Amino acid sequence: MALGDLSSSSTSELHVLAVDDSIVDRKVIERLLRISACKVTTVESGTRALQYLGLDGDKGSSGLKDLKVNLIVTDYSMPGLTGYELLKKIKESSAFREIPVVIMSSENIQPRIEQCMTEGAEDFLLKPVKLADVKRLKELIMRGGEAEQEKTSNLIISSPKRILQNNFFFNIFFIITIIVIFIA
Amino acid sequence: MELAQMQKSLQDYTKSLFLEGVLDSQFLQLQQLQDESNPDFVSQVVTLFFQDSDRILNDLSLSLDQQVVDFKKVDPHVHQLKGSSSSIGAQRVKNACVVFRSFCEQQNVEACHRCLQQVKQEYYLVKNRLETLFKLEQQIVASGGMIPAMELGF
Repeated sequence: MALGDLSSSSTSELHVLAVDDSIVDRKVIERLLRISACKVTTVESGTRALQYLGLDGDKGSSGLKDLKVNLIVTDYSMPGLTGYELLKKIKESSAFREIPVVIMSSENIQPRIEQCMTEGAEDFLLKPVKLADVKRLKELIMRGGEAEQEKTSNLIISSPKRILQNNFFFNIFFIITIIVIFIA
Repeated sequence: MELAQMQKSLQDYTKSLFLEGVLDSQFLQLQQLQDESNPDFVSQVVTLFFQDSDRILNDLSLSLDQQVVDFKKVDPHVHQLKGSSSSIGAQRVKNACVVFRSFCEQQNVEACHRCLQQVKQEYYLVKNRLETLFKLEQQIVASGGMIPAMELGF
């Protein structure tokens, strides 16, 4: 799981994939993220983003990325694949659906925001994006990662029963035991 | 000119741009992103904006000069320019783009021609002002001085 891998990286640096067709906005978002201690890869389109992730069906391109992506930040209005369509493709993919996706837009259109949040977007940022937005976003994502790690460690340390429950045969054993106790 | 005088001139000049509404707070955001590790960040972004805008304005002129104007081509260009001008804090350019887009929606060719002229005017204005600003900064740096941080209390 993408967020769970934060525990295995030596620093707690997020690797963010930023998608925007505007060269000016790419420069700004890259700087905003770098100054917030994130690793950044920028691409100019939804199609390029899918290629980078290796989701475009071309097996040859899957070797392109050397760093796992922890967060995707994408502009909404782009020619070709829109940010919304990119979001959908990512959420449809079993390999990448866990990666949080944040949509950016210069237009404050409520139905658009709801549509993106319903499709599973983590957040919706109004452009022009500010340093405070990125800081807040990073905290949100890092907290989400910590929460995932906590859940996992709780599972191992204090709730052995949950591991048992995941196992089919133990489930049957458990049910039979209950029935026996109930009959006795 | 003395260093302190140059620094004061720069501050006053920058202040006037905000007071005239040529620049808005987004420009301050960009300045906050500039530091010793990235001392030319603002001028780099602004240079990209100039290059990008020149291209867009050229495309817009061509599109509007067609016999039959294809607004499906015109509107995305204006949207792009609106976005990039907003991202660097070029407030008057952005506002001119907003008006432009409303006339695109109405498919009013004549009004769009006027809007393009207005956008160009605002663009050349902010371009001129920012080039002057960067020259003042360069003079200060060349004299061994530091660019004074912009005070927000005005």
